[in-house]
Amino acid sequence: MNMIILIPLFSPLCIGIIKKIKAIFQNRIGASIFQPYRDLWKLFHKDEVISRDASWIFKFAPFIIFAVTLVAGANLNGDILLIIYTLAIGTFFLALAGMDTGSAFGGFGSSREMTVSALAEGGFIFSLLTISNINLASHGQSFLPGILAFAGFFIVLLAETARFPFDNPATHLELTMIHESMILEYSGKRLALMEWASFNKFLIFCFLGANLFFNFGFAFIPIIIFAFCFAVGFIESTMAKFRFFRLPDLLIISFIFNVVAIGLMF
Amino acid sequence: MINLIIIFLIGAFGSLILQRDDRLANIWSNSLAIIGALWGLIFSITNFLYRTNSTFIIGKNTLPILSLSLKIDQLSTFFIFIISLITLFSSIYALDYVKHYFKKYNIGALGFFFHLFIVGMLLVVTSSNGIFFLIAWEIMSVASYFLVIYDRNDLKNVQAGFTYLVMTHIGTVFIIIAFLIMYRFTGSFDFDAIKSGSLSIPQLMKNVIFILALIGFGTKAGIVPFHIWLPVAHPAAPSHVSALMSGVMIKTGIYMMIRIFLDLMQPVPVWWGLLILIIGSISSLLGVLFALTEHDIKKLLAYHSIENIGIILLGLGSSLTFTSLNMPGLALLSLTASLFHTLNHATFKSLLFMGAGAVIKETHTRNMEEYGGLIRYMPQTALFFLVGSMAISALPPFNGFFSEWLTYQALFQGIFTLDSTIKWIFIFATGSLAFTGGLALACFVKAFGATFLARSRSEEKHQIKEAPLSLRIGMGGLSLLTLILGIFSGKIITFAQKNVHLSSSVSAPNFFLSFLVIILAVILIARYLINKNQKEIVSGTWDCGTTLGPRMEITATGFARSIILIFKGILKPTIQHDIEYHDSENRYLPKSKLVTLKVQDIHHSYFYQPLKQIINIISFKIKRTQSGITNAYILYIFIALIVALFFIL
Repeated sequence: MNMIILIPLFSPLCIGIIKKIKAIFQNRIGASIFQPYRDLWKLFHKDEVISRDASWIFKFAPFIIFAVTLVAGANLNGDILLIIYTLAIGTFFLALAGMDTGSAFGGFGSSREMTVSALAEGGFIFSLLTISNINLASHGQSFLPGILAFAGFFIVLLAETARFPFDNPATHLELTMIHESMILEYSGKRLALMEWASFNKFLIFCFLGANLFFNFGFAFIPIIIFAFCFAVGFIESTMAKFRFFRLPDLLIISFIFNVVAIGLMF
Repeated sequence: MINLIIIFLIGAFGSLILQRDDRLANIWSNSLAIIGALWGLIFSITNFLYRTNSTFIIGKNTLPILSLSLKIDQLSTFFIFIISLITLFSSIYALDYVKHYFKKYNIGALGFFFHLFIVGMLLVVTSSNGIFFLIAWEIMSVASYFLVIYDRNDLKNVQAGFTYLVMTHIGTVFIIIAFLIMYRFTGSFDFDAIKSGSLSIPQLMKNVIFILALIGFGTKAGIVPFHIWLPVAHPAAPSHVSALMSGVMIKTGIYMMIRIFLDLMQPVPVWWGLLILIIGSISSLLGVLFALTEHDIKKLLAYHSIENIGIILLGLGSSLTFTSLNMPGLALLSLTASLFHTLNHATFKSLLFMGAGAVIKETHTRNMEEYGGLIRYMPQTALFFLVGSMAISALPPFNGFFSEWLTYQALFQGIFTLDSTIKWIFIFATGSLAFTGGLALACFVKAFGATFLARSRSEEKHQIKEAPLSLRIGMGGLSLLTLILGIFSGKIITFAQKNVHLSSSVSAPNFFLSFLVIILAVILIARYLINKNQKEIVSGTWDCGTTLGPRMEITATGFARSIILIFKGILKPTIQHDIEYHDSENRYLPKSKLVTLKVQDIHHSYFYQPLKQIINIISFKIKRTQSGITNAYILYIFIALIVALFFIL
């Protein structure tokens, strides 16, 4: 239950760390790792502009999406399907909010987001299934399946949290963006909630990965989450974003990794 | 039970008598249906509570093979419950919905066939004699055929009805043959006699019965590739009938599969269950993929029925597999998953069809590209449709999630406990269920977004009003039900786990309460605690300096285009450009451009087309015998006589 506080408390820090790592790779000093907190604070105190085409879906979606990340955070040690489908509520409302203002960007962002998340679902469910039942393994093998499942999970992490090579969180170029285009019409506190929810989602995935795949004890979790942040920052600094129609290949690879892992295990 | 049928028969003939007066016929037929449905609910709930199994025979048992015998066990009771439940809400919905048919069509006839349809379904799930069952099956099929072609001024609906009639009768042929084989070996059409005599049926014949019954009942249930009638017939019917057809009627196919495979034919070989698992996986995946390509809202929903029948079959198939492998605990878990999803699908699919009906009634079109922005004109309908969309996409805390959760658990247990080949089939089924879930979510973002969100693309938008009261009561009741079934799913899940231990569990009430509390807390904190003096300025959507028109927002086709392109190996999309030029010789200045996007129906091109050709070739060969020469016919008679004599002697 304390995760409900820890997740939103530390999620902006993770994003700050990633940004710092990227800055170091680019030979910049970069903003402080606490900058995301200041951004959120600033946004929470600003006035808002809301489109006149927007309905209550647009107005309530940020609250729902943020709450979803908290609920998923609170259930992190519970049933895997519940976590996956709780996060899906957030995706559902995010995509609807993107369509709601009738902007061409939002609609295409929603379409891309739903495509990616639909294809990521197979790998997501299978990787968590593999790893959460690794103690049931009948063939005694758990090392290789664990690695395969982790590879699959990491691809899903990048896809679901809108990171390279799936999405570019830094861009505002309409041809490349997925997540940013859906929240394009938001401002003020609602934008803050949307951003914060996406930070939370990132930390939830990192925590899932740390907790399930590297279960050395609670004290190690922060270190492993830092490793995740470093890996994401490293990938974003060293490779290019994929073309949209190459993303399904990557997601199917994640799914196949997990199928092989399950096949090896039982 | 007899009273129940009599109520609906009174409703049927009463509405025929009152057909002169549209209003009176409408009130009569729907209020009688409501009374009947309530009676059915009370009847089935008391049956559940006291666990009574009852048997009746109508009239004296004078005919040799036909006995009008009804047997109501717990399975029948469950289906009577579903039928009554959905009938209740669709009749409430119909009170106002039918009004737009006044003066256009005969309302009495609508009531007559509506009641007859319900009677047919009730008899199908209770009859315990093969011949009587077939009569009930035909009553149900033919009554629903007349409901499909009710809106007969549109030629397309009549054609749809024809497809439905042909397909349903092809299915019935298979069912009749299956019953005849059972009769051949057990000497009776009575289900009890078949059950006790099923050991005397040789295994080969049992397998033949299985295939025949699977095709026959699968046609009604809408499994791929026998589903082609579903996306044409369901859209054609009036929406409250579509709700019943999609929510309940196709489930009678599932009922009979359970009855024959899990009851009459026991014990069964393992491959029966595995085949059903494979069919379920394929149906669910193809169903949702074809749903994504649709922009006709009711066709989209009809394809989702195929998908959900696939999910129900996943539960049924694993149940059958576990039964054959002698694992009763897991078999119970899977069967509960399957039946729970049957109930859940009935509620949210009827809800969605009713929502679609309310939208169509106002906009006069089924094309989603012409909707847009309806949430402003029909806020309550939009809310109900949103609930339905969330339930069908298996989002907690609505009921769809919990039955899919149970189905997942059944499949997971299959992966954990079974051996190599069987395990791989379970992995395949789990994978297809996972992808189906993701794609269904995408499809309902598309359906809800294109219909209710953004700006209106319709020209008649100013005439659009909120749906009338009875429609909202019908939809609201079902929305509440999807939530209640979700929150109180714990009882069902505990029941399913009676003999198995699952490592994970979900608590629906906790989830729902924490979700509500957290949302409220977030709203309160963000709105009032951080900064009370914020302003919300209403302005236009960012338009890049141009004028925003309805053509600039995403359409249903555009939304699904990337998924269609990713799955182009299965869906085979085609694109065709037609350009007309001002100057046809130089071809510099285009006058108009037309782009036609289509998705090829693989079942037509790879299954039905070759089948048709084979039948044609055979027919042409047989045609040669029909020469029209009298002498030849006399020869045929002579040969037939000799052959007959040969057999007799």
